[in-house]
Amino acid sequence: MAALPESISQRLVNWARIKSPWITLFNSGACNACDIEVIACLMPRFDIERFGILAKGSPRHADILIVTGHVTLKQASRLRRVWEQISEPKYVIAMGACGASAGAFHGLYHIMERVEDVIPVDVYTAGCPPRPDEIINAVVTCLNLLKEDQVHGGKEWRQNKSDEMMKPIERKVEM
Amino acid sequence: MPEVIVPIGPHHPALKEPVNFRVIADGEKIVRLELDLSYNHRGIEKAAEQRDFIRVLPLLERVCGICSHSHSSAFAKGIEEIMQIEIPPRAQYIRTIIAELERMHSHLLWLGVAAHEIGFNTLFMWTWRDRELVQDTLEEMSGNRVHYGMNEVGGVRCDLTPHQVSTALERLPFLEERIYQYVDMVNDQQTLLLRFKGVGKLTREEVLKYGAVGPTARASGVDYDARRDDPYFVYTEVPWNVVTDTNGDVYGRTCVRIGELRESANIVRYCLENLPKGPVRVNAPKIAPEGEIFSRYEAPRGELAHFIRTNGTNKVERVDIRTPTLANWTSVAMCLVDQNLADIPVIVAAIDPCLSCTSRITLINTPGGKPGIVTFDELRKRGQTYCQEQGPP
Repeated sequence: MAALPESISQRLVNWARIKSPWITLFNSGACNACDIEVIACLMPRFDIERFGILAKGSPRHADILIVTGHVTLKQASRLRRVWEQISEPKYVIAMGACGASAGAFHGLYHIMERVEDVIPVDVYTAGCPPRPDEIINAVVTCLNLLKEDQVHGGKEWRQNKSDEMMKPIERKVEM
Repeated sequence: MPEVIVPIGPHHPALKEPVNFRVIADGEKIVRLELDLSYNHRGIEKAAEQRDFIRVLPLLERVCGICSHSHSSAFAKGIEEIMQIEIPPRAQYIRTIIAELERMHSHLLWLGVAAHEIGFNTLFMWTWRDRELVQDTLEEMSGNRVHYGMNEVGGVRCDLTPHQVSTALERLPFLEERIYQYVDMVNDQQTLLLRFKGVGKLTREEVLKYGAVGPTARASGVDYDARRDDPYFVYTEVPWNVVTDTNGDVYGRTCVRIGELRESANIVRYCLENLPKGPVRVNAPKIAPEGEIFSRYEAPRGELAHFIRTNGTNKVERVDIRTPTLANWTSVAMCLVDQNLADIPVIVAAIDPCLSCTSRITLINTPGGKPGIVTFDELRKRGQTYCQEQGPP
Protein backbone atom coordinates (compact mmCIF):
# COMPACT_ATOMS: atom_id res chain seq x y z
CA MET A 1 0.00 0.00 0.00
CA ALA A 2 1.22 3.52 -0.75
CA ALA A 3 2.52 5.64 2.10
CA LEU A 4 0.01 8.41 1.48
CA PRO A 5 -3.17 8.22 -0.58
CA GLU A 6 -2.51 10.35 -3.59
CA SER A 7 -5.41 10.30 -5.98
CA ILE A 8 -8.43 12.45 -5.26
CA SER A 9 -10.81 9.53 -5.55
CA GLN A 10 -8.81 7.60 -2.94
CA ARG A 11 -8.87 10.60 -0.60
CA LEU A 12 -12.61 10.87 -1.06
CA VAL A 13 -13.04 7.20 -0.23
CA ASN A 14 -10.92 7.57 2.91
CA TRP A 15 -12.90 10.59 4.02
CA ALA A 16 -16.18 8.75 3.49
CA ARG A 17 -14.89 5.73 5.35
CA ILE A 18 -14.13 7.77 8.44
CA LYS A 19 -17.43 9.63 8.28
CA SER A 20 -19.53 6.54 7.94
CA PRO A 21 -18.15 3.23 9.18
CA TRP A 22 -20.50 0.29 8.67
CA ILE A 23 -20.47 -2.48 11.19
CA THR A 24 -21.50 -6.09 10.99
CA LEU A 25 -22.27 -8.23 13.97
CA PHE A 26 -21.11 -11.81 14.24
CA ASN A 27 -22.39 -14.01 17.03
CA SER A 28 -19.57 -16.49 17.45
CA GLY A 29 -21.38 -18.47 20.12
CA ALA A 30 -22.07 -15.74 22.65
CA CYS A 31 -24.80 -15.69 25.26
CA ASN A 32 -26.88 -12.96 23.53
CA ALA A 33 -25.98 -10.31 26.09
CA CYS A 34 -23.43 -8.57 23.86
CA ASP A 35 -25.81 -8.85 20.90
CA ILE A 36 -28.66 -7.08 22.64
CA GLU A 37 -26.31 -4.37 23.83
CA VAL A 38 -25.08 -3.80 20.27
CA ILE A 39 -28.68 -3.59 19.06
CA ALA A 40 -29.45 -1.25 21.96
CA CYS A 41 -26.80 1.06 20.44
CA LEU A 42 -28.97 1.45 17.36
CA MET A 43 -31.97 2.50 19.42
CA PRO A 44 -33.19 6.05 20.13
CA ARG A 45 -31.36 6.31 23.48
CA PHE A 46 -27.86 5.84 22.08
CA ASP A 47 -28.61 6.15 18.36
CA ILE A 48 -25.23 5.50 16.77
CA GLU A 49 -26.67 6.30 13.37
CA ARG A 50 -26.15 9.97 14.13
CA PHE A 51 -22.40 9.27 13.87
CA GLY A 52 -22.93 7.59 10.51
CA ILE A 53 -22.46 4.14 12.01
CA LEU A 54 -24.78 1.70 10.31
CA ALA A 55 -25.36 -1.96 11.12
CA LYS A 56 -25.24 -4.15 8.04
CA GLY A 57 -26.24 -7.74 7.56
CA SER A 58 -23.69 -8.68 4.94
CA PRO A 59 -20.00 -8.73 5.80
CA ARG A 60 -19.20 -7.58 2.26
CA HIS A 61 -20.73 -4.19 3.05
CA ALA A 62 -18.97 -3.73 6.34
CA ASP A 63 -15.80 -2.00 7.51
CA ILE A 64 -15.85 -3.13 11.12
CA LEU A 65 -16.61 -6.62 12.34
CA ILE A 66 -17.91 -6.90 15.89
CA VAL A 67 -17.37 -10.38 17.28
CA THR A 68 -19.56 -11.01 20.27
CA GLY A 69 -18.19 -13.48 22.70
CA HIS A 70 -15.91 -16.46 22.72
CA VAL A 71 -15.63 -18.60 19.61
CA THR A 72 -17.12 -22.06 19.73
CA LEU A 73 -15.23 -24.71 17.79
CA LYS A 74 -18.05 -25.03 15.29
CA GLN A 75 -18.23 -21.29 14.68
CA ALA A 76 -14.45 -20.80 14.29
CA SER A 77 -14.32 -21.69 10.60
CA ARG A 78 -17.44 -19.60 9.93
CA LEU A 79 -15.92 -16.61 11.69
CA ARG A 80 -12.80 -16.94 9.60
CA ARG A 81 -14.89 -17.11 6.42
CA VAL A 82 -16.95 -14.04 7.36
CA TRP A 83 -13.76 -12.13 8.18
CA GLU A 84 -12.26 -13.06 4.81
CA GLN A 85 -15.34 -11.69 3.04
CA ILE A 86 -14.88 -8.19 4.46
CA SER A 87 -12.98 -5.96 2.08
CA GLU A 88 -9.83 -4.11 3.17
CA PRO A 89 -9.31 -2.03 5.27
CA LYS A 90 -11.12 -4.08 7.87
CA TYR A 91 -11.16 -3.77 11.61
CA VAL A 92 -12.25 -6.22 14.28
CA ILE A 93 -13.69 -5.43 17.70
CA ALA A 94 -13.77 -8.29 20.19
CA MET A 95 -16.54 -7.70 22.66
CA GLY A 96 -16.33 -8.20 26.36
CA ALA A 97 -14.45 -10.52 28.63
CA CYS A 98 -15.34 -13.48 26.43
CA GLY A 99 -13.68 -11.96 23.37
CA ALA A 100 -10.47 -11.36 25.26
CA SER A 101 -10.14 -14.52 27.33
CA ALA A 102 -13.42 -16.48 27.21
CA GLY A 103 -14.47 -14.86 30.50
CA ALA A 104 -16.74 -17.05 32.60
CA PHE A 105 -16.38 -19.82 30.03
CA HIS A 106 -12.61 -20.11 30.37
CA GLY A 107 -11.54 -23.72 29.98
CA LEU A 108 -14.75 -25.20 28.58
CA TYR A 109 -14.35 -28.06 26.13
CA HIS A 110 -16.08 -26.64 23.10
CA ILE A 111 -14.66 -23.12 22.86
CA MET A 112 -11.50 -21.40 21.67
CA GLU A 113 -9.93 -19.27 24.37
CA ARG A 114 -9.66 -16.01 22.43
CA VAL A 115 -11.00 -14.41 19.28
CA GLU A 116 -7.38 -13.61 18.41
CA ASP A 117 -6.72 -17.32 17.91
CA VAL A 118 -8.99 -17.18 14.85
CA ILE A 119 -8.70 -13.67 13.39
CA PRO A 120 -6.58 -10.61 14.22
CA VAL A 121 -8.28 -8.24 16.66
CA ASP A 122 -7.77 -4.47 16.66
CA VAL A 123 -9.80 -3.27 19.63
CA TYR A 124 -10.95 -4.98 22.80
CA THR A 125 -13.82 -3.73 24.95
CA ALA A 126 -14.09 -4.53 28.63
CA GLY A 127 -17.18 -5.67 30.45
CA CYS A 128 -19.59 -8.55 30.62
CA PRO A 129 -21.33 -7.33 28.55
CA PRO A 130 -19.86 -3.89 27.65
CA ARG A 131 -22.32 -1.05 28.02
CA PRO A 132 -23.54 0.61 24.79
CA ASP A 133 -21.38 3.66 25.62
CA GLU A 134 -18.32 1.44 25.65
CA ILE A 135 -19.28 -0.11 22.33
CA ILE A 136 -19.53 3.36 20.79
CA ASN A 137 -16.16 4.16 22.33
CA ALA A 138 -14.69 1.04 20.75
CA VAL A 139 -15.98 2.02 17.32
CA VAL A 140 -14.56 5.53 17.74
CA THR A 141 -11.21 4.01 18.76
CA CYS A 142 -11.36 1.96 15.58
CA LEU A 143 -11.89 5.14 13.58
CA ASN A 144 -8.85 6.75 15.16
CA LEU A 145 -6.82 3.67 14.27
CA LEU A 146 -8.16 3.93 10.72
CA LYS A 147 -7.01 7.55 10.48
CA GLU A 148 -3.54 6.72 11.74
CA ASP A 149 -3.32 3.71 9.48
CA GLN A 150 -4.10 5.93 6.50
CA VAL A 151 -1.20 8.19 7.46
CA HIS A 152 1.17 5.27 7.93
CA GLY A 153 -0.14 3.39 4.90
CA GLY A 154 -1.26 0.13 6.45
CA LYS A 155 -1.54 -1.71 9.70
CA GLU A 156 2.09 -2.86 9.88
CA TRP A 157 3.35 0.14 11.86
CA ARG A 158 1.22 -0.85 14.82
CA GLN A 159 2.72 -4.30 14.97
CA ASN A 160 6.22 -2.80 14.95
CA LYS A 161 5.18 -0.34 17.60
CA SER A 162 3.84 -3.05 19.83
CA ASP A 163 7.17 -4.89 19.36
CA GLU A 164 9.01 -1.78 20.49
CA MET A 165 6.73 -1.50 23.48
CA MET A 166 7.49 -5.07 24.39
CA LYS A 167 11.28 -4.53 24.39
CA PRO A 168 11.68 -2.57 27.66
CA ILE A 169 9.69 -5.23 29.47
CA GLU A 170 12.03 -7.91 28.18
CA ARG A 171 15.02 -5.89 29.34
CA LYS A 172 13.50 -5.58 32.77
CA VAL A 173 13.11 -9.32 32.96
CA GLU A 174 16.77 -9.79 32.05
CA MET A 175 17.92 -7.44 34.79
CA MET B 1 -42.66 -28.73 -9.16
CA PRO B 2 -39.55 -30.25 -7.57
CA GLU B 3 -38.78 -29.45 -3.97
CA VAL B 4 -36.05 -26.90 -3.34
CA ILE B 5 -33.79 -26.71 -0.31
CA VAL B 6 -33.36 -23.15 0.92
CA PRO B 7 -30.48 -22.92 3.37
CA ILE B 8 -30.64 -20.08 5.89
CA GLY B 9 -27.77 -19.38 8.27
CA PRO B 10 -25.66 -19.77 10.33
CA HIS B 11 -24.71 -16.18 9.49
CA HIS B 12 -27.67 -14.45 7.92
CA PRO B 13 -29.01 -10.88 8.03
CA ALA B 14 -32.38 -12.06 9.33
CA LEU B 15 -30.83 -14.08 12.13
CA LYS B 16 -29.47 -12.58 15.30
CA GLU B 17 -27.95 -15.82 16.42
CA PRO B 18 -26.24 -18.70 14.63
CA VAL B 19 -28.67 -21.40 13.58
CA ASN B 20 -28.98 -23.32 10.38
CA PHE B 21 -32.39 -23.84 8.80
CA ARG B 22 -32.80 -26.11 5.83
CA VAL B 23 -36.20 -25.14 4.54
CA ILE B 24 -37.56 -27.59 2.01
CA ALA B 25 -39.93 -25.58 -0.13
CA ASP B 26 -42.32 -26.33 -2.95
CA GLY B 27 -42.57 -23.02 -4.77
CA GLU B 28 -43.54 -20.48 -2.12
CA LYS B 29 -44.91 -23.06 0.31
CA ILE B 30 -42.85 -24.69 3.00
CA VAL B 31 -42.91 -28.48 3.01
CA ARG B 32 -40.55 -29.28 5.86
CA LEU B 33 -38.00 -27.66 8.15
CA GLU B 34 -34.70 -29.15 9.25
CA LEU B 35 -32.70 -27.52 12.00
CA ASP B 36 -29.12 -27.45 13.21
CA LEU B 37 -28.92 -25.82 16.62
CA SER B 38 -25.45 -26.76 17.68
CA TYR B 39 -23.46 -23.65 16.75
CA ASN B 40 -23.62 -22.16 20.23
CA HIS B 41 -22.81 -25.28 22.17
CA ARG B 42 -20.32 -24.47 24.89
CA GLY B 43 -20.57 -27.31 27.37
CA ILE B 44 -21.91 -25.37 30.34
CA GLU B 45 -23.53 -28.39 31.98
CA LYS B 46 -20.16 -30.14 32.13
CA ALA B 47 -18.41 -27.04 33.44
CA ALA B 48 -21.06 -26.61 36.14
CA GLU B 49 -20.04 -29.96 37.59
CA GLN B 50 -16.54 -28.66 38.26
CA ARG B 51 -17.41 -25.43 40.09
CA ASP B 52 -18.67 -24.90 43.60
CA PHE B 53 -22.02 -23.27 44.34
CA ILE B 54 -20.58 -19.77 44.58
CA ARG B 55 -18.85 -19.96 41.22
CA VAL B 56 -21.51 -21.88 39.37
CA LEU B 57 -24.18 -19.17 39.63
CA PRO B 58 -22.32 -16.60 37.48
CA LEU B 59 -21.67 -19.35 34.94
CA LEU B 60 -25.32 -20.41 34.77
CA GLU B 61 -26.37 -16.79 34.53
CA ARG B 62 -24.42 -16.63 31.30
CA VAL B 63 -26.35 -19.47 29.69
CA CYS B 64 -28.46 -16.74 28.17
CA GLY B 65 -28.08 -12.99 28.18
CA ILE B 66 -31.79 -12.18 28.03
CA CYS B 67 -33.15 -14.50 30.71
CA SER B 68 -30.06 -14.52 32.89
CA HIS B 69 -31.95 -14.10 36.17
CA SER B 70 -34.16 -17.08 35.29
CA HIS B 71 -31.27 -19.52 35.09
CA SER B 72 -29.58 -18.44 38.29
CA SER B 73 -32.94 -18.31 40.11
CA ALA B 74 -33.94 -21.77 38.99
CA PHE B 75 -30.61 -23.16 40.16
CA ALA B 76 -30.50 -21.24 43.45
CA LYS B 77 -34.11 -22.23 44.19
CA GLY B 78 -33.31 -25.91 43.64
CA ILE B 79 -30.12 -25.91 45.69
CA GLU B 80 -31.84 -24.09 48.55
CA GLU B 81 -34.53 -26.75 48.54
CA ILE B 82 -31.89 -29.50 48.75
CA MET B 83 -30.08 -27.67 51.55
CA GLN B 84 -33.46 -27.09 53.23
CA ILE B 85 -32.83 -23.43 53.91
CA GLU B 86 -35.58 -20.86 53.93
CA ILE B 87 -34.57 -17.56 52.37
CA PRO B 88 -35.83 -14.35 54.01
CA PRO B 89 -39.06 -12.78 52.65
CA ARG B 90 -37.29 -9.58 51.58
CA ALA B 91 -34.95 -11.64 49.38
CA GLN B 92 -37.97 -13.44 47.91
CA TYR B 93 -39.56 -10.11 47.06
CA ILE B 94 -36.38 -8.72 45.50
CA ARG B 95 -35.96 -11.87 43.39
CA THR B 96 -39.55 -11.49 42.21
CA ILE B 97 -39.04 -7.83 41.32
CA ILE B 98 -35.94 -8.62 39.26
CA ALA B 99 -37.67 -11.59 37.63
CA GLU B 100 -40.67 -9.52 36.56
CA LEU B 101 -38.52 -6.61 35.37
CA GLU B 102 -36.60 -9.15 33.33
CA ARG B 103 -39.86 -10.44 31.87
CA MET B 104 -40.82 -6.88 30.94
CA HIS B 105 -37.51 -6.18 29.24
CA SER B 106 -37.62 -9.51 27.41
CA HIS B 107 -41.19 -9.03 26.15
CA LEU B 108 -40.51 -5.45 25.06
CA LEU B 109 -37.42 -6.71 23.25
CA TRP B 110 -39.49 -9.45 21.61
CA LEU B 111 -42.21 -7.06 20.49
CA GLY B 112 -39.57 -4.91 18.83
CA VAL B 113 -37.89 -7.85 17.12
CA ALA B 114 -41.22 -9.22 15.87
CA ALA B 115 -42.11 -5.79 14.49
CA HIS B 116 -38.68 -5.59 12.85
CA GLU B 117 -39.19 -8.97 11.18
CA ILE B 118 -42.33 -7.70 9.43
CA GLY B 119 -40.61 -4.44 8.48
CA PHE B 120 -42.45 -2.26 10.99
CA ASN B 121 -39.38 -0.48 12.29
CA THR B 122 -41.26 2.33 14.05
CA LEU B 123 -42.58 -0.08 16.64
CA PHE B 124 -39.12 -1.63 16.90
CA MET B 125 -37.64 1.74 17.85
CA TRP B 126 -40.48 2.59 20.23
CA THR B 127 -40.38 -0.61 22.22
CA TRP B 128 -36.61 -0.54 22.51
CA ARG B 129 -36.76 3.06 23.68
CA ASP B 130 -39.23 2.11 26.41
CA ARG B 131 -37.16 -0.92 27.27
CA GLU B 132 -34.33 1.42 28.26
CA LEU B 133 -36.47 2.54 31.22
CA VAL B 134 -36.66 -1.03 32.46
CA GLN B 135 -32.93 -1.40 31.87
CA ASP B 136 -32.30 1.75 33.90
CA THR B 137 -34.29 0.33 36.80
CA LEU B 138 -32.40 -2.94 36.63
CA GLU B 139 -29.09 -1.12 36.45
CA GLU B 140 -29.91 0.98 39.50
CA MET B 141 -30.93 -2.07 41.48
CA SER B 142 -28.17 -4.49 40.52
CA GLY B 143 -25.42 -2.42 38.92
CA ASN B 144 -25.65 -4.19 35.59
CA ARG B 145 -27.80 -3.81 32.53
CA VAL B 146 -27.83 -7.40 31.39
CA HIS B 147 -26.23 -9.92 33.75
CA TYR B 148 -27.62 -8.74 37.07
CA GLY B 149 -25.82 -11.16 39.35
CA MET B 150 -28.47 -10.66 42.03
CA ASN B 151 -28.84 -14.26 43.15
CA GLU B 152 -26.80 -16.03 45.74
CA VAL B 153 -27.45 -19.35 47.36
CA GLY B 154 -29.32 -18.18 50.46
CA GLY B 155 -30.72 -14.88 49.24
CA VAL B 156 -29.77 -11.94 47.06
CA ARG B 157 -26.49 -10.09 46.76
CA CYS B 158 -27.61 -6.54 47.51
CA ASP B 159 -30.50 -4.79 49.18
CA LEU B 160 -32.79 -2.17 47.65
CA THR B 161 -32.54 1.33 49.08
CA PRO B 162 -35.72 3.45 49.56
CA HIS B 163 -34.46 5.75 46.81
CA GLN B 164 -34.20 2.88 44.33
CA VAL B 165 -37.72 1.78 45.22
CA SER B 166 -39.18 5.26 44.76
CA THR B 167 -37.47 5.89 41.40
CA ALA B 168 -38.60 2.48 40.15
CA LEU B 169 -42.17 3.29 41.17
CA GLU B 170 -41.98 6.64 39.41
CA ARG B 171 -41.07 4.96 36.11
CA LEU B 172 -43.97 2.49 36.17
CA PRO B 173 -46.90 4.81 35.22
CA PHE B 174 -45.18 5.92 32.01
CA LEU B 175 -44.36 2.33 31.10
CA GLU B 176 -47.95 1.25 31.73
CA GLU B 177 -49.23 4.06 29.57
CA ARG B 178 -46.94 2.91 26.78
CA ILE B 179 -48.08 -0.70 27.20
CA TYR B 180 -51.71 0.41 26.75
CA GLN B 181 -50.62 2.15 23.55
CA TYR B 182 -49.10 -1.09 22.29
CA VAL B 183 -52.39 -2.88 22.99
CA ASP B 184 -54.16 -0.29 20.82
CA MET B 185 -51.50 -0.55 18.14
CA VAL B 186 -51.69 -4.33 17.89
CA ASN B 187 -55.47 -4.19 17.58
CA ASP B 188 -55.68 -1.24 15.18
CA GLN B 189 -52.63 -1.22 12.94
CA GLN B 190 -53.33 -2.94 9.62
CA THR B 191 -49.60 -3.61 9.13
CA LEU B 192 -49.52 -5.77 12.23
CA LEU B 193 -52.89 -7.42 11.76
CA LEU B 194 -52.22 -8.46 8.17
CA ARG B 195 -48.88 -10.04 9.00
CA PHE B 196 -49.83 -11.55 12.38
CA LYS B 197 -53.38 -12.87 12.00
CA GLY B 198 -53.70 -16.46 10.88
CA VAL B 199 -49.92 -16.91 10.54
CA GLY B 200 -48.30 -19.87 12.25
CA LYS B 201 -51.48 -21.28 13.71
CA LEU B 202 -51.30 -23.94 16.42
CA THR B 203 -54.38 -25.59 17.89
CA ARG B 204 -54.66 -26.52 21.55
CA GLU B 205 -54.28 -30.22 20.70
CA GLU B 206 -51.11 -29.59 18.67
CA VAL B 207 -49.61 -27.54 21.49
CA LEU B 208 -50.24 -30.34 23.97
CA LYS B 209 -48.95 -32.95 21.50
CA TYR B 210 -45.67 -31.18 20.70
CA GLY B 211 -45.11 -29.93 24.26
CA ALA B 212 -44.89 -26.19 23.62
CA VAL B 213 -44.54 -24.00 26.69
CA GLY B 214 -44.88 -20.41 27.76
CA PRO B 215 -46.63 -17.71 25.70
CA THR B 216 -46.68 -20.05 22.69
CA ALA B 217 -48.84 -22.51 24.61
CA ARG B 218 -50.91 -19.89 26.40
CA ALA B 219 -51.78 -18.24 23.07
CA SER B 220 -53.49 -21.48 22.03
CA GLY B 221 -55.64 -21.60 25.13
CA VAL B 222 -53.49 -23.86 27.33
CA ASP B 223 -53.95 -22.39 30.78
CA TYR B 224 -50.59 -23.30 32.24
CA ASP B 225 -48.05 -21.17 34.06
CA ALA B 226 -45.37 -22.49 36.40
CA ARG B 227 -45.72 -19.37 38.52
CA ARG B 228 -49.26 -20.39 39.45
CA ASP B 229 -49.15 -24.18 39.11
CA ASP B 230 -45.86 -24.77 40.90
CA PRO B 231 -45.54 -21.56 42.91
CA TYR B 232 -42.20 -20.20 44.02
CA PHE B 233 -40.95 -16.86 45.38
CA VAL B 234 -43.96 -14.72 46.33
CA TYR B 235 -46.36 -15.45 43.46
CA THR B 236 -48.93 -16.87 45.88
CA GLU B 237 -49.08 -13.60 47.82
CA VAL B 238 -49.21 -11.24 44.86
CA PRO B 239 -52.53 -10.74 43.03
CA TRP B 240 -52.01 -11.53 39.35
CA ASN B 241 -53.63 -13.49 36.53
CA VAL B 242 -52.41 -15.94 33.93
CA VAL B 243 -52.92 -14.39 30.49
CA THR B 244 -54.30 -16.69 27.84
CA ASP B 245 -55.64 -16.26 24.35
CA THR B 246 -57.53 -18.47 21.95
CA ASN B 247 -56.21 -17.25 18.60
CA GLY B 248 -53.21 -19.57 18.52
CA ASP B 249 -51.38 -17.59 15.85
CA VAL B 250 -48.66 -14.96 15.99
CA TYR B 251 -51.32 -12.37 16.82
CA GLY B 252 -52.39 -14.43 19.83
CA ARG B 253 -48.80 -14.73 21.04
CA THR B 254 -48.42 -10.97 20.76
CA CYS B 255 -51.59 -10.42 22.78
CA VAL B 256 -50.40 -12.83 25.48
CA ARG B 257 -47.03 -11.12 25.75
CA ILE B 258 -48.54 -7.64 25.94
CA GLY B 259 -50.98 -8.90 28.57
CA GLU B 260 -48.07 -10.32 30.53
CA LEU B 261 -46.32 -6.96 30.32
CA ARG B 262 -49.26 -5.40 32.14
CA GLU B 263 -49.37 -8.18 34.72
CA SER B 264 -45.61 -7.87 35.28
CA ALA B 265 -45.91 -4.13 35.81
CA ASN B 266 -48.62 -4.80 38.41
CA ILE B 267 -46.53 -7.45 40.16
CA VAL B 268 -43.51 -5.14 40.27
CA ARG B 269 -45.62 -2.34 41.71
CA TYR B 270 -47.17 -4.60 44.36
CA CYS B 271 -43.77 -6.01 45.38
CA LEU B 272 -42.14 -2.59 45.55
CA GLU B 273 -44.99 -1.19 47.66
CA ASN B 274 -45.18 -4.18 50.01
CA LEU B 275 -41.45 -4.84 50.37
CA PRO B 276 -41.02 -6.42 53.84
CA LYS B 277 -38.19 -5.38 56.13
CA GLY B 278 -35.42 -7.67 57.26
CA PRO B 279 -32.23 -9.32 56.05
CA VAL B 280 -31.71 -10.16 52.37
CA ARG B 281 -29.74 -13.36 52.79
CA VAL B 282 -28.95 -16.14 55.18
CA ASN B 283 -25.66 -17.95 55.48
CA ALA B 284 -25.92 -21.03 53.35
CA PRO B 285 -23.85 -24.14 54.07
CA LYS B 286 -20.93 -24.76 51.71
CA ILE B 287 -21.93 -28.37 51.19
CA ALA B 288 -25.24 -29.68 49.94
CA PRO B 289 -26.50 -33.08 51.14
CA GLU B 290 -27.14 -35.87 48.69
CA GLY B 291 -30.32 -35.30 46.76
CA GLU B 292 -32.13 -34.72 43.52
CA ILE B 293 -34.39 -31.84 42.59
CA PHE B 294 -36.38 -30.80 39.57
CA SER B 295 -36.62 -27.04 39.80
CA ARG B 296 -39.21 -25.39 37.59
CA TYR B 297 -39.29 -21.71 36.78
CA GLU B 298 -41.40 -19.60 34.42
CA ALA B 299 -38.84 -17.76 32.32
CA PRO B 300 -40.05 -15.05 29.90
CA ARG B 301 -40.11 -17.62 27.10
CA GLY B 302 -41.82 -20.40 29.02
CA GLU B 303 -41.14 -23.06 31.52
CA LEU B 304 -37.48 -23.53 32.37
CA ALA B 305 -36.42 -26.65 34.22
CA HIS B 306 -33.18 -27.39 36.02
CA PHE B 307 -32.59 -30.94 37.13
CA ILE B 308 -29.95 -30.91 39.85
CA ARG B 309 -28.32 -33.90 41.53
CA THR B 310 -25.94 -33.36 44.43
CA ASN B 311 -23.65 -35.88 46.05
CA GLY B 312 -22.76 -34.42 49.43
CA THR B 313 -19.92 -32.20 48.19
CA ASN B 314 -19.72 -28.50 47.38
CA LYS B 315 -20.31 -29.23 43.70
CA VAL B 316 -23.25 -30.59 41.80
CA GLU B 317 -22.97 -34.06 40.37
CA ARG B 318 -25.21 -33.26 37.43
CA VAL B 319 -27.19 -30.28 36.28
CA ASP B 320 -29.44 -30.62 33.29
CA ILE B 321 -30.95 -27.51 31.79
CA ARG B 322 -34.09 -27.81 29.71
CA THR B 323 -34.85 -24.44 28.23
CA PRO B 324 -38.22 -23.22 26.93
CA THR B 325 -36.88 -22.65 23.40
CA LEU B 326 -35.89 -26.30 23.10
CA ALA B 327 -39.45 -27.28 24.02
CA ASN B 328 -40.88 -24.88 21.46
CA TRP B 329 -38.81 -25.82 18.39
CA THR B 330 -40.95 -28.83 17.50
CA SER B 331 -44.08 -26.71 17.40
CA VAL B 332 -42.31 -24.19 15.14
CA ALA B 333 -41.27 -26.91 12.72
CA MET B 334 -44.87 -28.13 12.67
CA CYS B 335 -46.61 -24.79 12.24
CA LEU B 336 -44.25 -23.72 9.43
CA VAL B 337 -45.65 -26.43 7.17
CA ASP B 338 -47.83 -24.98 4.38
CA GLN B 339 -46.91 -21.40 5.27
CA ASN B 340 -45.30 -18.88 2.95
CA LEU B 341 -41.52 -18.66 2.76
CA ALA B 342 -41.71 -14.97 3.59
CA ASP B 343 -43.39 -15.75 6.90
CA ILE B 344 -40.43 -17.77 8.26
CA PRO B 345 -38.83 -14.86 10.17
CA VAL B 346 -41.99 -13.84 11.97
CA ILE B 347 -43.10 -17.40 12.81
CA VAL B 348 -39.66 -18.29 14.12
CA ALA B 349 -39.48 -15.01 16.03
CA ALA B 350 -42.93 -15.66 17.51
CA ILE B 351 -41.58 -18.23 19.96
CA ASP B 352 -38.86 -15.74 20.94
CA PRO B 353 -36.07 -18.19 20.14
CA CYS B 354 -33.00 -18.04 22.30
CA LEU B 355 -30.39 -20.23 20.70
CA SER B 356 -27.61 -19.79 23.19
CA CYS B 357 -29.80 -21.58 25.75
CA THR B 358 -30.85 -24.24 23.36
CA SER B 359 -27.69 -25.42 21.67
CA ARG B 360 -27.31 -29.14 21.73
CA ILE B 361 -24.53 -31.04 20.07
CA THR B 362 -25.09 -33.00 16.88
CA LEU B 363 -23.31 -36.26 16.30
CA ILE B 364 -21.21 -36.27 13.14
CA ASN B 365 -20.19 -39.68 11.91
CA THR B 366 -16.66 -38.70 10.87
CA PRO B 367 -16.00 -41.28 8.12
CA GLY B 368 -19.26 -40.39 6.36
CA GLY B 369 -19.24 -36.78 7.49
CA LYS B 370 -23.01 -36.76 7.86
CA PRO B 371 -25.00 -35.75 10.91
CA GLY B 372 -27.01 -38.57 12.39
CA ILE B 373 -29.38 -39.43 15.18
CA VAL B 374 -28.59 -41.89 17.95
CA THR B 375 -31.64 -43.72 19.18
CA PHE B 376 -32.09 -44.54 22.84
CA ASP B 377 -31.45 -48.24 22.26
CA GLU B 378 -28.17 -47.55 20.45
CA LEU B 379 -27.08 -45.26 23.27
CA ARG B 380 -27.95 -47.93 25.80
CA LYS B 381 -26.02 -50.58 23.88
CA ARG B 382 -23.05 -48.27 23.58
CA GLY B 383 -23.13 -47.66 27.33
CA GLN B 384 -23.31 -51.37 28.03
CA THR B 385 -20.35 -52.22 25.78
CA TYR B 386 -18.38 -49.30 27.27
CA CYS B 387 -19.04 -50.60 30.78
CA GLN B 388 -18.10 -54.14 29.79
CA GLU B 389 -14.82 -52.95 28.30
CA GLN B 390 -14.04 -50.88 31.37
CA GLY B 391 -14.72 -53.79 33.71
CA PRO B 392 -16.10 -53.47 37.23
CA PRO B 393 -15.23 -50.22 39.01
